[in-house]
Amino acid sequence: MTVAVQVRGLEKAYKELRVLRGVDLEVARGSIFALLGSNGAGKTTLVKILSTLLKADAGTARVNGFDVATQAADVRESISLTGQFAAVDHILSGRENLVLVARLRHLKDPRAVADGLLRRFSLTEAGGRRVATYSGGMRRRLDIAMSLIGNPPVVFLDEPTAGLDPEARLEVWQAVRELAAGGTTVLLTTQYLDEAEQLADRIAILHQGRIIVDGTLAELKQLLPPAKVEYVEKQPSLEDVFFAVVGER
Amino acid sequence: MATHFVSDTTVLTGRTLRHVTRSLDTIITTAITPIAMMLLFVYVFGGAIDTGSVSYVDYMLPGILLITIASGISYTAFRLFGDMQAGIFERFQSMPIARSGVLWAHVLTSLVANLLSLVVVVGVALVMGFRSGAGVLAWLAVAGVLALFTLALTWIAVIPGLSAKSIDGASAFSYPLIFLPFISSAFVPTDTMPGPVRAFAENQPVTAIVNAIRALFTQQPVGADLWTALAWCVGILVVAYVCANLVYRRRIGA
Repeated sequence: MTVAVQVRGLEKAYKELRVLRGVDLEVARGSIFALLGSNGAGKTTLVKILSTLLKADAGTARVNGFDVATQAADVRESISLTGQFAAVDHILSGRENLVLVARLRHLKDPRAVADGLLRRFSLTEAGGRRVATYSGGMRRRLDIAMSLIGNPPVVFLDEPTAGLDPEARLEVWQAVRELAAGGTTVLLTTQYLDEAEQLADRIAILHQGRIIVDGTLAELKQLLPPAKVEYVEKQPSLEDVFFAVVGER
Repeated sequence: MATHFVSDTTVLTGRTLRHVTRSLDTIITTAITPIAMMLLFVYVFGGAIDTGSVSYVDYMLPGILLITIASGISYTAFRLFGDMQAGIFERFQSMPIARSGVLWAHVLTSLVANLLSLVVVVGVALVMGFRSGAGVLAWLAVAGVLALFTLALTWIAVIPGLSAKSIDGASAFSYPLIFLPFISSAFVPTDTMPGPVRAFAENQPVTAIVNAIRALFTQQPVGADLWTALAWCVGILVVAYVCANLVYRRRIGA
């Protein structure tokens, strides 16, 4: 197993507040790794350190084989970050946003790249409109599309579905699955347990600045007493109702 | 990474220029206050101010141009602050691009936007009777001084743009800059001012810059004023540039 992200003893404090207190984790190349945690657990801080936006106080982190502290430029060549809030330019159109990033990544044919991604994320019709007119789900999709330009081997998604409606959430999940299928390593943070369950090959729980559990879904399930067989009447969940009524999925 | 500085800055400047062309109202709002002041001073106060042989609109236009720039640069702080809030700033920082290009794009855009506003203001001044026999070289010299002044003030504007906590804080810094021309030779000759005020007025940057531009417009010898003006502009530019980059480095944790 080759390792795409390796974190050892990472610590970070904001003045008195110790956000990360010795984080260790490894993400296998080509896998989807979910970092679970409640608000304020330090997920975003960890992602910011891994994407060279913040410096750690102690410990090491390597992304795609490069040290985030000493080889920041190489790390930036290897990653893309989709932050908690859609980092798109609202005054530009969707296509212009994509062309902008393609140019900054020094790709040969920025327009062709943009058109390809618009198609892939079902944004072709909206491509010429200003992003300010987009729905939350469309912005998220555009945001993720911008992150894929240049095919970075490692993608960080910080709460990719926060604030999205159920349909948009499914679209984002589909995009993440396609990414991993193409060999990209995905590290995503989330506070939705079902999201981790649906997507991740491996799940870690970050709590009070430390990783308290790390394993596959099957391994995590073994932490609890073995399953008992019970007869349960299956009630449709609200989500089932929603999709039945809306008539999609 | 330095190899990409020019191409990255060009791409990023193209982006911020689109912000300007898609909100042309910012050009108008930048120009409207200076134009209102110009109307007020020329048609209300101007008749009572003795500026010798020079017509009052000719006399006060240089000061109005500086006020235009001082109000125009607050949009740089505004746009920069907007980028930081929107998260697109973090996206750029996590990409393999020349990091200083992000700031330079805003600075170059400020130059273009202010130039547009200045053209509007000069246009109105022409309608109000402003005339200058200045030749091409003198006009180029005026443009050069104004560009240098814009650069210096824009780098000042970058500091609140990067460090402000609110959108109001990001643009409030420009009020004192807009006020500065009033205590200078921009609207009235300094020799009627009481001692300490006059001492301040005659030794602050606006007076030297205004006098230099006025001399260029009226084809008088510019003399030492031009060099004093250039020295002030370059001095402010260097200090503001260094401070802005310190703030920037702290902000991006480099």
